[in-house]
Amino acid sequence: MTKSRYPAFPYIVFMAIFIVIPLIMVAYFAFTTNTGEFTIQNIIRVGDYVPVIIKSLFLAFVATVICLGLGYPFAYIMSRKTSNIRRTMFMLIMLPMWMNFLLRTYSWMTILENNGLLNRFLGIFGIGPFEMINTQGAVVLGMVYDYLPFMIVPLYTVMMKMDHSLVQAAQDLGADPFQVFTHVILPQTMQGIKTGITMVFVPSVSTFVISRMLGGGSELMVGDLIEMQFGSNNYNPNLGSAISLVLMIIVLICMSVMNQFDSDNIDKEGRIAI
Amino acid sequence: MENSTIISLKDIVVEFDGESVLRHINLDIRNHEFVTLLGPSGCGKTTTLRIIGGFVNPKSGDVFFDGKRINDLPPYKREVNTVFQKYALFPNLNVYENIAFGLRLKKVPDEEIRERVFEMLDLVNMRGYERRDVNLLSGGQQQRVAIARALINKPQVLLLDEPLGALDLKLRKEMQIELKKIQRETKITFIYVTHDQEEALTMSDTVIVMRDGEIQQIGTPIDIYNEPINAFVADFIGESNIIDGIMKKDYLVNFAGRDFDCVDFGFAENENVDVVIRPEDIKISEPEKGQIHGKVESIIFKGVHYEIVVIDTNGFNWKIHSTLYEEPGREVGLSVIPDDIHIMHKMAEEEK
Repeated sequence: MTKSRYPAFPYIVFMAIFIVIPLIMVAYFAFTTNTGEFTIQNIIRVGDYVPVIIKSLFLAFVATVICLGLGYPFAYIMSRKTSNIRRTMFMLIMLPMWMNFLLRTYSWMTILENNGLLNRFLGIFGIGPFEMINTQGAVVLGMVYDYLPFMIVPLYTVMMKMDHSLVQAAQDLGADPFQVFTHVILPQTMQGIKTGITMVFVPSVSTFVISRMLGGGSELMVGDLIEMQFGSNNYNPNLGSAISLVLMIIVLICMSVMNQFDSDNIDKEGRIAI
Repeated sequence: MENSTIISLKDIVVEFDGESVLRHINLDIRNHEFVTLLGPSGCGKTTTLRIIGGFVNPKSGDVFFDGKRINDLPPYKREVNTVFQKYALFPNLNVYENIAFGLRLKKVPDEEIRERVFEMLDLVNMRGYERRDVNLLSGGQQQRVAIARALINKPQVLLLDEPLGALDLKLRKEMQIELKKIQRETKITFIYVTHDQEEALTMSDTVIVMRDGEIQQIGTPIDIYNEPINAFVADFIGESNIIDGIMKKDYLVNFAGRDFDCVDFGFAENENVDVVIRPEDIKISEPEKGQIHGKVESIIFKGVHYEIVVIDTNGFNWKIHSTLYEEPGREVGLSVIPDDIHIMHKMAEEEK
């Protein structure tokens, strides 16, 4: 036991410097004025932005649900293919990730613009033009496009490790395809679902690039709000920190609610009926 | 009723990637029997089991259950349950819920589930383990849970795919006896797959010996052991001396350089045959008293008996089981009575 403590030491230092201390600094800024006195004014002011926060949570939630809906079947199908096809599919998933994030989002701008590719294509058939850019739909689309791989990869990983003899065992005991899914596949992939949801939801809720580029000025999200406190001429790191802190707490609550829901399920399955 | 056929396989052919795994299997399995599919690995015994379970679809041929054709019935609608080779217990459920799984799917009321789970726990001697995490059980205990989980659905037929393969010898022997007891108590038809001939002989009412996707012989353990139909079966079931011989005429065979009286007949005159003699049927005597002369090559102590190898004057190695010690290098005589000489047709393609 004592031996294994020393190799961990550099990592503990690393985590302290780059994770714990910055968190304390965020909290410090959130509860102080620009002259360094204690205040809760910043937190109270966050209240003004509740609609923005709710909208951010909602859009991120929708994007996460869509990613799960698209990613789950895809990951399952991929995990059942032969290793060559698997490798190719995995490549195709990862390929866009090697392209710059801004570039990917820009390309959606040119596709969705009022006189963009999609509208011009539809125009050939006399349909449209549609108002696609600067809508919530465009923002969600951008989130799904950018973060879908983060859903697929953890799902694919757990599905590759899944024991398929359990599927046969369940069928043998009388489980129809739906029951096989709910009783065997779902519990075995729950960890991947949780990871995937976290990996998509957290960056989605705080994104500001996607909402800026595809949502225009009209669809302001909480990420934009924070960015504005630091980046523009009304520099206010205290309010920015306060919003960040509140957002972090909300995300933590969301995640723990999700974990709660999951362990509830397992408990029900595993409970002894006596 | 007692002997009615429960499962019939008619002319079953299975191919995997163009390679034939089962070649025209015809098989009737009677109700309430303990049937063993026995053969070396790759002989198609597990595939036969999976055909019955519904996990493999035959290329051609029909599967009948209780007189009804069930080819197109998916596994979850078949009235058979399986004990899988690696148990395949659900890791997220405890012992109780694993056993209850089948009943939960059928929405059986909780009180009935409880009653039947405990009945099963008693049957497999696992009372008191119901709250345990299945991942922390020993191999033998996981095995019992797997059996209980399969039996709680009261299937008409239980399929067992080498269920004792992963257990140590002592535990395996115990489980053999226990499985046989469970089968007798529940009167469920057991179809058991193994490559262990001793296991097959110990437990079965009927043994089906398979090789290369074909059935070699079907019979009681005693029939199979005493009257193997060909040299392969003789060699696979217990140990054998297999020597080339020529059937001179009915009741007279020539091998090891001389003629022997035997009890077999109906062969063509001067037909080339396999002569099979069990190691325990050969008696060692003084050189002048034996039918065959040879020299003791080696002797190994096996517990109950010695395994002695004697090389005869023609260079054939005879394997003999004897409770008496023989000094290596000693000249001996070997003799065998006509009843213990088994004559078999040569197999078509030879690769024994």
